[in-house]
Amino acid sequence: MTLPAWMPTVVDAVYFIAAVLFIWGLKRMSSPRTARRGIVWAGVGMAAAILVTFFLPGLHNLVPMAIAIVVGVALSWIVGRRVAMTAMPQMVALFNGMGGGAAAAIGAVELIRFNAALQLIPDTAPIQPEAWAAQNVGHLGSVELALAFLGVLIGAVSFTGSLIAFAKLQGWMDRRFVFPLQRWVNLAIFAGAIACGALALIAGVEGHAFAWGLLAGFIVLSLVFGIAMTLPIGGADMPVVISMYNAFTGLAVAFEGFVLQNEAMIIAGMVVGAAGTLLTQLMARAMNRSLGNVLFGNFGAGGAAAAQEIAGSQKPIDASDAAVMMAYAERVAIVPGYGMAVAQAQHKVWEFAKLLIDRGVKVRFAIHPVAGRMPGHMNVLLAEAGVPYDLIADMDDINPEFPNTDVALVIGANDVVNPVAKTDPGSPIYGMPILDVASCRNVIVIKRGRGKGFAGIENALFYADNTRMLYGDGQAAAGELIAALKALDA
Amino acid sequence: MIDGFLALYIFMLAAFTGYEIIARVPVILHTPLMSGSNFVHGIVLVGAMVALGHASSNAEIAIGVVAVLLAAGNVAGGYVVTERMLEMFKTSKSAAPGEKK
Repeated sequence: MTLPAWMPTVVDAVYFIAAVLFIWGLKRMSSPRTARRGIVWAGVGMAAAILVTFFLPGLHNLVPMAIAIVVGVALSWIVGRRVAMTAMPQMVALFNGMGGGAAAAIGAVELIRFNAALQLIPDTAPIQPEAWAAQNVGHLGSVELALAFLGVLIGAVSFTGSLIAFAKLQGWMDRRFVFPLQRWVNLAIFAGAIACGALALIAGVEGHAFAWGLLAGFIVLSLVFGIAMTLPIGGADMPVVISMYNAFTGLAVAFEGFVLQNEAMIIAGMVVGAAGTLLTQLMARAMNRSLGNVLFGNFGAGGAAAAQEIAGSQKPIDASDAAVMMAYAERVAIVPGYGMAVAQAQHKVWEFAKLLIDRGVKVRFAIHPVAGRMPGHMNVLLAEAGVPYDLIADMDDINPEFPNTDVALVIGANDVVNPVAKTDPGSPIYGMPILDVASCRNVIVIKRGRGKGFAGIENALFYADNTRMLYGDGQAAAGELIAALKALDA
Repeated sequence: MIDGFLALYIFMLAAFTGYEIIARVPVILHTPLMSGSNFVHGIVLVGAMVALGHASSNAEIAIGVVAVLLAAGNVAGGYVVTERMLEMFKTSKSAAPGEKK
């Protein structure tokens, strides 16, 4: 198949339009009303970019390429359509990991090609372009080479790290995996990867072929490091980890885009890299912890001995009393947490909230930025249940309203409402911004048992004088509340 | 061809663009946005196609196919998941449309 000479220009033009559409699409996603059209625009740009790539001159292996695309798209499409909304965090992690893996694999192919050519063109200083062209390989300068290695490292870490995050969120791996000297072992793995990569890079820059073992060692150690780094991180830290790996994949894509001289990849990858970095910072800040602390802190393991004793006792309430209390309240704030996702209680909670609204109660949902397992997790679940987004309030908006709120209904949230974060400097979560529900007139906490939250910290809220505990599974408890409320009108 | 400082400028401007876009996104859209950017870096598929298209040895072809497969999964999955999430975000009919914090 011969292609017209102007084809590469058309391809470049389409890549440019695609880059514009990506940025335009993401921009539209900053408002709920235009967000849906935003993703469609980005999708149009993506489809066009993929399609024209087939018409780049000199591409081989078109048949396996087309088959791989069809298989990959079909599998992901089916899985993405069918999976339950509660499983979204692990899906995002999985798809993100695939992107990281792809970026790393691109880097690997380019490095293999480069090294194979180096072996055939032994002495490249000064570089003879004709010799390289004869091998059908463009010569990579030292910057391209360095970025190719860096892209492989970051992409590989994002790949295996996201897969571990996926396994954890899926419940296949429900404990943090911690062992003595873990930090040093991880550091050794990382140093090994860097050493292999640096040795190969130096050889390549000087124009000598590097040993295949160095490249293989570099790739394998990078993959292992992604696993080792993610194993000790607990479930509640996943919002930070997922957005960080998202940024990693973006960076890896940008670097490999530089190696391939593909501007669309550079721009899209860099935009995602920056956006993901910002989101990661926001998440870490919402927990009042540095990124380093999340990654290497081994949170909740030991320490915290200085935590204050909490006086008082937990006072239970039954569903009918709780329902009456809220039915005659003026303002009710519902505070969901990861427990609501686990119990799949979002539909029942919204049903209950609608009954309250019908009675004239002002209901709002108060959401902590790191509630759940990914940024904005609770918003997605509530949206799935049909809660209009204007009833949902951010932490900064709702905190001043709590003193005027008659009842706060806490369902499945724990650490994000723990007043200890404000009062006890000895607590591991001290300083973390919280939803200040303790300042409401009454608090009802739906909780499965008397256990502690993820961080293993006692929650002073549960012992407060104005707090009543409604024990039970989130969905069942919400069901009882609905029944009790309906009985009031009967 | 892009090289040297020109590439550095592209990196820098794209990074600022990404930062600015996200800085204004309300918290309720954090998940779709993350998922949307997850879709956007699916552009890696284009690179994977080029890498596979130039591959010659068996090892290169095998890794290239893996790259295309993973990238295709990223692109399709990222799109479907984002679209599904955004479909769900609605406002209440009682509130005036367009009135949003």
